[in-house]
Amino acid sequence: MTLFFINYALPLIFIFFQSALVLVAVLLMAYFGIYADRKIWAAVQLRKGPNVVGPFGLLQSAADLLKLLFKEIIIPEKANKMIFVLGPIVTCFVALSSWAVIPFSEGWVVADINVGILYIFAVSSLGVYGIIMGGWASNSKYPFMGAMRSAAQMVSYEVSIGFVIITVLLCVGSLNLSEIVYAQEGLWFIFPLFPMFIIFFISALAETNRPPFDLPEAEAELVAGYQTEYSSALFMLYFLGELAATFLMCAMTTILFLGGWLPPLDILPFTIVPGVVWFFLKMAFIFFLFSMVKALVPRYRYDQLMRLGWKVFLPISLFYVILTSSFLLFFDIAP
Amino acid sequence: MFPVLLFYIFSLAIIASALMVIFSKQPINSVLFLIFSFINAAGIFLLAGAEFLALIMVIVYVGAVAVLFLFVIMMLDFNPDTIKKEVGKHLYVGLFIGFILFLEIILMMYSPELFSYEYQIVGNTVKTSLTNTEILGNLIYTEYFLQFQISGFILLVAMIGAIVLTLRHRDYVRRQIVSDQVARDPKLSIELVDIKLKIRK
Repeated sequence: MTLFFINYALPLIFIFFQSALVLVAVLLMAYFGIYADRKIWAAVQLRKGPNVVGPFGLLQSAADLLKLLFKEIIIPEKANKMIFVLGPIVTCFVALSSWAVIPFSEGWVVADINVGILYIFAVSSLGVYGIIMGGWASNSKYPFMGAMRSAAQMVSYEVSIGFVIITVLLCVGSLNLSEIVYAQEGLWFIFPLFPMFIIFFISALAETNRPPFDLPEAEAELVAGYQTEYSSALFMLYFLGELAATFLMCAMTTILFLGGWLPPLDILPFTIVPGVVWFFLKMAFIFFLFSMVKALVPRYRYDQLMRLGWKVFLPISLFYVILTSSFLLFFDIAP
Repeated sequence: MFPVLLFYIFSLAIIASALMVIFSKQPINSVLFLIFSFINAAGIFLLAGAEFLALIMVIVYVGAVAVLFLFVIMMLDFNPDTIKKEVGKHLYVGLFIGFILFLEIILMMYSPELFSYEYQIVGNTVKTSLTNTEILGNLIYTEYFLQFQISGFILLVAMIGAIVLTLRHRDYVRRQIVSDQVARDPKLSIELVDIKLKIRK
């Protein structure tokens, strides 16, 4: 019994608290992410943004959260009730569970598994199910169209993201996320692999349905896409799932290209700052870029989106995979 | 003890959801249960220490194949009654194939060379210092290189076949040609016309 306690129960409790901590961190990021997103968007358009609730409008997200929670959950009569409720839960669950393998700093990771990056790729490829299920179960035209668009979009851009990840892995020689960060000591991958960084950034926007690729919920055409019929807490779960996925993409960009928790220069004033601060600063920078894109770029047309994914990004990333592997092989510097 | 418990949970979930694939009335529920059984199969791979295979299973089957399944089933308009009739037609063929498969599994379980308790799945992982991915890479690209390439070519042929079957340029379908759209300039798209106004009195 004591053996069971030491071998299984104690680590289980430990992992439980670690996951709770990561969850709180992600939810806090989502909370301030909404606020930052709205403030940046407002600043670009010379508006003030949220500024009424709390100091500088900081409590606006909390007010929105409470408002959503206290609203009534409306389930359409003709909807498939089971799948309708399951849709947002799947989206949120999948987006949050990917955070288990993200290393926030040296050794700060819930599950330091050997195939971390494959895990993220696999779990985020499940994210499409939440949207398809929600769109289909609503039993209504706009949600269904939105879900179809979203599924096609996410599946298409996953392909180019996969090739970008392969390029980085060629330079690292391991699927472990911490190893990927260690391999960037001295030179962050953004410098040798800059075209891949651009492709990953744009694909990340498309993968998380951020503007300018927010066609699944294009207000002008589809009311609100797959979330048209959702209200209250179920809507909030979709919203939260989407934000968590967006931040996950920021974290992935940080780990793959910006050197994770590593300081920009390995000299004294930078090395005092703990790694987790660098990690969050880099993530915040990428999120700022995401918000600026949202504020600056008009929405894509659907056929242009598909063309960009399959006819532009796929060949370029495939070419870059071959180029990188040939380069590494020719100079005999493959890890 | 704990891995064994997990093994039974996963395998029970696979069997239950596989049964639900067959017996659920709605086709969409069948597909969702199929996805659930895929995920549990990945869990069994994880228990066996094959983490790479487990995640590839999720990426390929759940992330790609089952999405297409779901797509097709959502687009088609099924009537549960016609499905019942259709099932009745092919019932005996299906039962026959299922029986043969079942027989094979039973035979395998009782033949000592193929399956013995020495090769239990749980808790009997290969002990090496290499990771899963490295072992697979070492084998696939050296010993099984030919088989690997051949399977790649089979997939390529299937892909080309699918494209040939579906790609048709019909004249009456209006297409977006992006290069033409980008190459447009004001001279081509805007025409200034002098309109003589007729002033009615």
